[in-house]
Amino acid sequence: MRLELHSVRVPLDGFLLELDVTLDAGTTAVLGPSGAGKTSLLDLVAGLRRPAAGRIVLDGEVLEDAATRRSLPARHRRIGYAPQEGSLFPHLSVRANLAFARRAAPAEVERVAAALELETLLDRGTERLSGGERQRVALGRALLARPRLLLLDEPLSAVDLERRERARAMLQRLREEFRIPMLYVTHDAGEAAALCDELLILERGHLVGRGAPHDLLEPDPTARRLRRS
Amino acid sequence: MTIAPLATLGFSLWTAALALLLILPPGVLLAWLLARHDFRGRTLVETVVALPLVLPPVATGLVLLQLLGRRGWLGGLLEERLGLPVVFTWRAVVLAMAVMSFPLLVRSARAAFETVPERLEQVARTLGAGEARVLLGVTLPLARHGLVAGALLGFARALGEFGATVMVAGIVPGRTVTLSVGIFQLVQLGQDAAALRLAALSAIAAFATVAAGEWLLRRAAHRR
Repeated sequence: MRLELHSVRVPLDGFLLELDVTLDAGTTAVLGPSGAGKTSLLDLVAGLRRPAAGRIVLDGEVLEDAATRRSLPARHRRIGYAPQEGSLFPHLSVRANLAFARRAAPAEVERVAAALELETLLDRGTERLSGGERQRVALGRALLARPRLLLLDEPLSAVDLERRERARAMLQRLREEFRIPMLYVTHDAGEAAALCDELLILERGHLVGRGAPHDLLEPDPTARRLRRS
Repeated sequence: MTIAPLATLGFSLWTAALALLLILPPGVLLAWLLARHDFRGRTLVETVVALPLVLPPVATGLVLLQLLGRRGWLGGLLEERLGLPVVFTWRAVVLAMAVMSFPLLVRSARAAFETVPERLEQVARTLGAGEARVLLGVTLPLARHGLVAGALLGFARALGEFGATVMVAGIVPGRTVTLSVGIFQLVQLGQDAAALRLAALSAIAAFATVAAGEWLLRRAAHRR
């Protein structure tokens, strides 16, 4: 996977998101405080928001080119997106939510549900799910769209602390099993360190750090903090 | 002159239902366009659609009479080409109801579409859904309670229609007399008791329609 953002500029609430970066790691985490523009970055790559300037290219295919006003529609991008709030379809059961993705076949739905430990929830309505369960369904639905890149927005934010280790292990297994490159937004440094190959640090629309997680984060796990230069 | 209460109720119900069927597809489509798309001439369309709400109904009826009369361009066309006279027939009743209910339907349907989070439509697109699937699989099902409530409101408005109906359909006993026209006519003839019976029937019909709409809306709010 090679995702290129060339001089991309997007005006956000009170500041400008400005990015010029090429990503080619298997899993890239984007770390930063809330309001840094992390979700906007994912929206941009998914095709849910248009840049004011710049180009976005994925594996040689132009997704956005502000100069020529070219924009590949979201549905043709084959980029899976699991938004933070889940954005599950409230009128559909868990199974129907999963199957909505590119009209996934029942066997595929079962396989992904098993990988995400959702088998027992399949026939439930979405209003009776916990926050963590909603996020797992959103992740499964994005996976079933057979994406070439998966965008995850704080996929573990609603998982309570005791279950977080287990959820992290599950994400790691998914990474091995499905081998889909991921762009992963979080504000939890420990989570980023555990799951990603490369780390970007975003603050008020600008990249302020980039590198391997152990180079950017304090090694002491009890006091992991961003090392700022 | 006698006006049979139940036959009049029946006539009102089926003409209002037909008017609703007539405006439902264009009304819902227009509401969706107004809720989700920006296009040239949008303000003009919104204004024209809202006109029957603010114009005196008899004025709207007069415009319809000009259009649909034998010498009006639409009326002439329908009568000469298709052999369908409109003015002073049940067709005029249906058309007057349709025109008067259209803005209410469009407004409620638009509000229903606006309650559907756009984020869900966006996510559906990332999952490979085309615009038709987004509309049929996400937007319409999520807006359905509001749409049905809007349709019921339009139906109730059609049931109560008077001013425009009297202008284009006149008062032809047994052919164009709806509940509201009947009440007016009976009072004119001094048959107050009969008028009251019709009024009671219209109250029951209106109450049932509005109650059904409220119940649906409450259920929709509960679901969300």
